Amino acid sequence: MSLNLEDVSRIALLSRIELSAAERETTRDQLNDILGFIEQLQAVDTAGIEPMAHAVDVVQRLRPDVVTETDRRADFQAVAPETEAGLYLVPRVVE
Amino acid sequence: MNWEVVIGLETHAQLQTRSKIFSGSSTAFGAEPNVQASAVDIALPGVLPVLNREAVVCAIKFGLAVGATIAPRSVFARKNYFYPDLPKGYQISQFEIPVVSGGGLDIRVGAGDTAKFVHLTRAHLEEDAGKSLHEDFHGRTGIDLNRAGTPLLEIVTEPDMRSSAEAVAYARALHALVQWIGICDGNMQEGSFRCDANVSVRRPGEPLGTRREIKNLNSFRFMQQAIDFEVQWQINEIEEGRAIRQATVLFDPDTGETRAMRTKEDAHDYRYFPDPDLLPLEITADWIALVRSGLPELPQAMQQRFQSELGLSAYDAAALTASREMAAYFEAALESAGRDNAKPVANWIMGELSARLNKEGLEIAAAPLSAPQLAGIVRRIADNTISNKIARDVFDALWAGEGRDADAVIAARGWQQITDTGAIEALVDEVLAANQKSVEEFRAGKEKAFNALVGQAMKATKGKANPQQVTDLLKKKLGV
Repeated sequence: MSLNLEDVSRIALLSRIELSAAERETTRDQLNDILGFIEQLQAVDTAGIEPMAHAVDVVQRLRPDVVTETDRRADFQAVAPETEAGLYLVPRVVE
Repeated sequence: MNWEVVIGLETHAQLQTRSKIFSGSSTAFGAEPNVQASAVDIALPGVLPVLNREAVVCAIKFGLAVGATIAPRSVFARKNYFYPDLPKGYQISQFEIPVVSGGGLDIRVGAGDTAKFVHLTRAHLEEDAGKSLHEDFHGRTGIDLNRAGTPLLEIVTEPDMRSSAEAVAYARALHALVQWIGICDGNMQEGSFRCDANVSVRRPGEPLGTRREIKNLNSFRFMQQAIDFEVQWQINEIEEGRAIRQATVLFDPDTGETRAMRTKEDAHDYRYFPDPDLLPLEITADWIALVRSGLPELPQAMQQRFQSELGLSAYDAAALTASREMAAYFEAALESAGRDNAKPVANWIMGELSARLNKEGLEIAAAPLSAPQLAGIVRRIADNTISNKIARDVFDALWAGEGRDADAVIAARGWQQITDTGAIEALVDEVLAANQKSVEEFRAGKEKAFNALVGQAMKATKGKANPQQVTDLLKKKLGV
C-alpha cells in the first residue's frame, strides 16, 4: 500500500495540519517509508496468534469512584489565550 | 404501495458515578463553568486517563439486565475528530471490542398484551464531550468543559423498530430500565439520557434504504414528532424521484421539522485505533457474579412473577413495573391488602392513583396517599364496608390528608354501607311507596323502571346501601 498526494491532503485536513505543496510531497514520501516498514512487519506469519490491543500484556488498573480533583480553573485559565465568564473562548463554531 | 419504516436507536446514558470516567473530577450537574474540569479533562500535555471502576460496574449491570454478553476483555479506542469541546482531539470510546454485546429488551406498544423484542447490537463505555455555548461572546464561542469526561454508556440497537411508536416504546423501556438498575438518573432535561434515531424507509422485503440520523432527541414527544416528520420527508423525496443521501439531521421543536446538519463523514474518518494510554479492560466471571448478586429483581422477572403468582395480565404486570417506585408501591399495597386483592389493588394504582398523580404532576414516590392507605380502601371494598363509589370519596379524603386511614375516614364520615337487612328493607318499602309510577311501569314490563327504583334506593342511602342487597330486596318485594 502506498499513499498518493490526494491521500496526504485528506489526512492533513482531518488532522487540521496545513501543508504546502512541497511539504505534501515530503510527507507522502515519509509516510510511504513508514508504510514500507509496516509491510515488512505484516510479512511475519502471525497465524494462530491472538492480536494484542497494547504492547504490554497487562490489564487496566481501575480507580475507585472518588472525587479527588479540586477547582483549578484560575490556574488553567491564566494560561488560556482567551476566557470570559469562566468559559474558554474559541473562534466561532457554527454547525 | 406501502412503505416500511426502519428505525435503530443509539442512546447515550450518563452513568451515575460521583467522579468522571478517566479522572477524579466531580460529575455533579449545574456547577460554575469549568470548575469541574481537571488537567485530564482539559487535556493538558502529559496527563493520563485512569478508568473509574464504578463506570465498569454500571456497564456490567446493564449487560446483565439485558441478557447480553459481557466481554472478558474489552478495548478502549480513540475516536478522532476536531471540535473545540473535545480538547484532546479524540474521544475515548470503544470500537472493535465493546464491553457489552447482544441482548435486548421487550417493548409494548399500546394496551395489548404482546411484547416485541428489540435486539441490542452493543453497549460501550465512553466519555462525554464538553459544551459549546454559541451565545454572544463578541462573535466567539464559549467552551465549558465540566461535562468533558463524564461517563456514558452508548447503547445501540439493531434496526428492529418499524414505527415511531415502537421507537418511543423502546426508548421508554430503556429509560425505565437504566433507572431501575440505578446506573442513570434518566434526567432528560439535563441531558442524562439522549437518543439519536437512525431512520430509513423501504418497500417491504427490499434491502435497507439509506438512513438519516436524527441527533439529540431529548424528549419522547420530540422523538415521535421528529421520526414522523422524517419518515414523511423521506417518502416524499423518493416518490418524487430523489435519492436519500446519508446525513445527520437535527429536529427543530418550533417548526416540527428535521433539517440536515452536515453530510455524515464515513466511519473511517474517525480513524479509530486502540488508545495506547489505556490497557485492555478485564472483567472476570467472579466480578460479574458479584455485580449480579447486587442487582435488584429485574422488571422482566417481576412481571412474570406478577402473572404467575398473582394472576395479573401481561399488560397489568408491565404497567406495574414501569418504574421501581411503582413496583415498590404495588408490592407494599399488596402486602397490606393481601394477595387475593391483587387485581383490585392493581386497578386502583393504574386507574385512580395514576390519573391523580398525572393530573397533579407528581411521581408515585411523592403520592400523598401511602400504599397501606390505598390497601385499606381496597380491603373495605372487599369486605363490603363501602361501595366502589364511596371508595372514591375515601380516596379523595385520604389524598387530601383527612384521616389516618380508610377506616378512620369511613368512621368519621359515617360512610359504612348499610348492611342491616331490616334497615334496607324499611328503606326499600319507602321507595316503593313513593314511586308507585315506576312500580306500575315495571309491572307493565318496562325493565328500565326497575333500574330507576334501584337508583332511588341508592340515592336515599346516599350510596351507602349495598347495591346487590338493594337489588335483591327490590326483586323480592316486586315478586320477580
